[in-house]
Amino acid sequence: MTNATTTADKGAALLDGPDASPHVREALAATWRDPPGLIGMLCAINHKTIARRFMTTTFVFFILGGLLALAMRTQLARPDARLIDPGLYNELFTMHGTTMMFLFAVPVMQAVAGFLVPLMIGSRSVAFPRMNAYAYWVFLFGGILLFGSLAVNAAPAAGWFSYVPLAGPDYSTGKGTDIWAQMITFTELSGLLEAIVLTTTIFKLRAPGMSLNRMPLFVWATLVTQFMVIFAMPSVMLCSTALILDRLVGTHFYNPAKGGDVLLWQHLFWFFGHPEVYLIFIPPLGFISSIIPTFARRPVFGYPAMVLSLIATAFLAFGLWVHHMFATNIPELGKSFFTAASLMIAIPSAIQIFCWIGTLWTGRLNLKTPLYFVLAFFFILVLGGLTGLMLASVPLDLQVHDTYFVVAHLHYVLIGGAVFPLFGAFYYWFPKFTGRMLDETLGRWNFWLFFIGFNVAFFPMHLLGLQGMPRRVWTYPHGMGWDGMNLAATIGAWTIAASVLLFIVNVVTSYRRGAHAPADPWGGGTLEWSVASVPPPHNFDAIPVVHGRDPLWESTAQPQFVAGLAADAREVLATSVLDARPDHRPLFPAPSIWPFLSALATTVLFIGSIYTPWAVVWASAPVALAMIAWFWPKRRENARAVARERRP
Amino acid sequence: MLATASYVFAICVLVKTQIGEGIAAPFQSALDPAGIQAKRILDLWHLTLTVCCVVFAAILIACLIALLRAPRAGRETPADISSTLNAEPRLRRSVIAATVVSVVLLFGLVFADVLTDRALSRLPVADAVHIELTGHQWWWEARYAADEGAPAFTVANELHVPVGRPVVVSLVAADVIHTFWAPNLHGKKDMIPGRSATIEFRADRAGSYRGQCAEFCGVQHALMAFVVVADPAADYEAWAARQREASPTPVGALEARGQQLFMTGSCARCHTISGTPATGRLGPDLTHFASRGTLAAGTLVNDRDALARWITDPGALKPAAMMPPTRLAPSDLHALVAYLETLR
Repeated sequence: MTNATTTADKGAALLDGPDASPHVREALAATWRDPPGLIGMLCAINHKTIARRFMTTTFVFFILGGLLALAMRTQLARPDARLIDPGLYNELFTMHGTTMMFLFAVPVMQAVAGFLVPLMIGSRSVAFPRMNAYAYWVFLFGGILLFGSLAVNAAPAAGWFSYVPLAGPDYSTGKGTDIWAQMITFTELSGLLEAIVLTTTIFKLRAPGMSLNRMPLFVWATLVTQFMVIFAMPSVMLCSTALILDRLVGTHFYNPAKGGDVLLWQHLFWFFGHPEVYLIFIPPLGFISSIIPTFARRPVFGYPAMVLSLIATAFLAFGLWVHHMFATNIPELGKSFFTAASLMIAIPSAIQIFCWIGTLWTGRLNLKTPLYFVLAFFFILVLGGLTGLMLASVPLDLQVHDTYFVVAHLHYVLIGGAVFPLFGAFYYWFPKFTGRMLDETLGRWNFWLFFIGFNVAFFPMHLLGLQGMPRRVWTYPHGMGWDGMNLAATIGAWTIAASVLLFIVNVVTSYRRGAHAPADPWGGGTLEWSVASVPPPHNFDAIPVVHGRDPLWESTAQPQFVAGLAADAREVLATSVLDARPDHRPLFPAPSIWPFLSALATTVLFIGSIYTPWAVVWASAPVALAMIAWFWPKRRENARAVARERRP
Repeated sequence: MLATASYVFAICVLVKTQIGEGIAAPFQSALDPAGIQAKRILDLWHLTLTVCCVVFAAILIACLIALLRAPRAGRETPADISSTLNAEPRLRRSVIAATVVSVVLLFGLVFADVLTDRALSRLPVADAVHIELTGHQWWWEARYAADEGAPAFTVANELHVPVGRPVVVSLVAADVIHTFWAPNLHGKKDMIPGRSATIEFRADRAGSYRGQCAEFCGVQHALMAFVVVADPAADYEAWAARQREASPTPVGALEARGQQLFMTGSCARCHTISGTPATGRLGPDLTHFASRGTLAAGTLVNDRDALARWITDPGALKPAAMMPPTRLAPSDLHALVAYLETLR
């Protein structure tokens, strides 16, 4: 008898299942747990560990971006203020927009999905867990690069949209814009990898029985979003790479004197930039579709309409980008097409809103903090959506484009459409993330301060824009009639800051001393509530079998579980894409230091290329070496995998 | 919940009164049109605002009713999964009806948008005044085309237009993208390097209308304003005739010394004063500098004191302004300012 078969025989005794012994449960936890110690932290690949780090990191960027905004609002509180000079102010708004869009809003949605999706679909891991870890490290290093540039006074100052020629080699000297462009490369690489991880997870790792038409709506929203990432992000990587080539190598993509085109940048940037709004907005639709049913004590009304609306939104989102360019000289008839498309995207959003109201209307309500944040969505997002209809109209846009009206609109859409539901999601899933409940009283204070502060800060900006105040101005003269509303906006901004501070206090105190959460503190219907809060490293003691859309609410059908996956190896159950029929049992990789080291090597390459194009050549050697080590097959693991194969 | 409701109504009332009665700043506002183009946009705005307010109110009312009528529950309340077994025809009909109404309203808005857009592009421009406007970091240069045999001339940061006569402005960017925007007269239009664009408007009411650059264009984007002065036809012709003339020769000794300082110092390298050897093109044309109301693209009121401070240290008044500081003895500065003030 060879060594391999001995291992296999031992393994055969350690199979999971609903009736397995506690010994098997311990073996499963030991198998899927991340290694201990400092080196172990760098090797971690468990999706919950990575997702918690990812969420914390994006939240830190949210706080930093918010502090930048506070500084700007303080400068704008009074006319002719000289608190902040124009150069610094331009850095502040560039960093604010870049941070919120690239380092917070898009990645935080992927981070939350990285935690929840495997739990919601009954899987023990995300697909490609090492790539998931690599994507996190790349993201972290890109974010540190951007804020490092602010710390050493080399921050970009050409706006988060970096329009050429202002961002080109002639008008943005210094390294700021190069750092901006490479930060894009970092975050988009991370975003694309996460998109691959999440789509593969959703398509191949769903519990048996969870056919596509039984997937939770949050999983649908995530799936749709990741497809959008895959189609939208290459566009911004392309245009930022062309920008960095113009700046560092002397190409002329955007130089009209040499046959380049300034508008090319705008087309490529907004072809990414407009879908990006929906990358930020669609996952929260999934949060809402998770929270409303739980607190209305009934399944969401109109599931097929909701799914089709998500998909329609994703398609239409790619046909709107020109409404950011109505003031340019592109043909008028073309603009009319984009007006129609921009108005039509309101229809799927409206359908979802009607379905949610219908769900609330016919439900029985458990009014808790997560639901408050969702209800605020109906006020703020609807208002932001309606001002979006105004911006979609060419004539109206000609007046309000690039004014504070747009600042108001985009914050109503992004804060109302994404941040409020995200806070609701934090209150809702915090027990699952940490094992503790957030405090309800502090939660209400957090909510009301945020809601009132938000409206005081941003509502007056609609009027400011109509009364002629442009965006991105570091100061404004006295006597324009803008003083009072700007002061109100600043007071509102400080109120939001107080509210977010309360949230942090709530998180810190609840994390330490909060009430311990049961597995299902809200009475939810999806699979993540069937496992302990915090879930064990392997998520599920036995993989569930799904018979409906809300498995915990209709859990009578048999069988309830799958048995027979190895407990002493990282074996997962892959299922078919459409119907989630059991397909095969791939063996997942173990924790490894190499994703971290590969990310470090990638960072050296990206940052080096800001200083010399040759870095792309010499720094690709360490990247290649680290990745070879990452994928180097190990004899022992190979033997174990072969031993587990069963011939038909 | 009631607090939310009252808050909503307060805001709606605020919107209505603020916008309805137009208590906007008098001279840079889209809500106070002084020309046909801005008027057409404002009409569309009123229509759209009304539709949106009605929709907003309807959604909030539906939400409030849902919240008020639904019974309360706790986490132990068993979930009602009857909807997975039985259809909900009433709910279904309501959602479909709401969707149909939304679609109809949206089509209505598209129709109104396209009609307004078409009207904007059909302004008759047969006897228009033609101006070529160049955006620089961070000021405006306007070249008036030759008009019925009268020669062309150049001004900066202050445009005059005749009331009732259309104006066609060709937009040019000298460096980065700028956007021309005088909200009382029309919406905005970008000046894009390597591309040509025009904007057509007509002032129907005499007055001064402020505008400013709307596209972020670098450090001093905030202080890049201009004024469009709409004059009655006769006043406009008189103004244009004066702008076409060469600058007056200084008469007093002080002013003559000021002119000499201008020509021999660094000023003439960047500025043009027609009728003199000064032909620099980097800064604004100063031929009739003293006829303008403001200084440094709308940053300062154009008076003797501000001018002296501006010449001495532009960066202190408009950080990052391209004009370098000029160190002059007080008597020289006095002479230079006196000369510039003769350029009426």
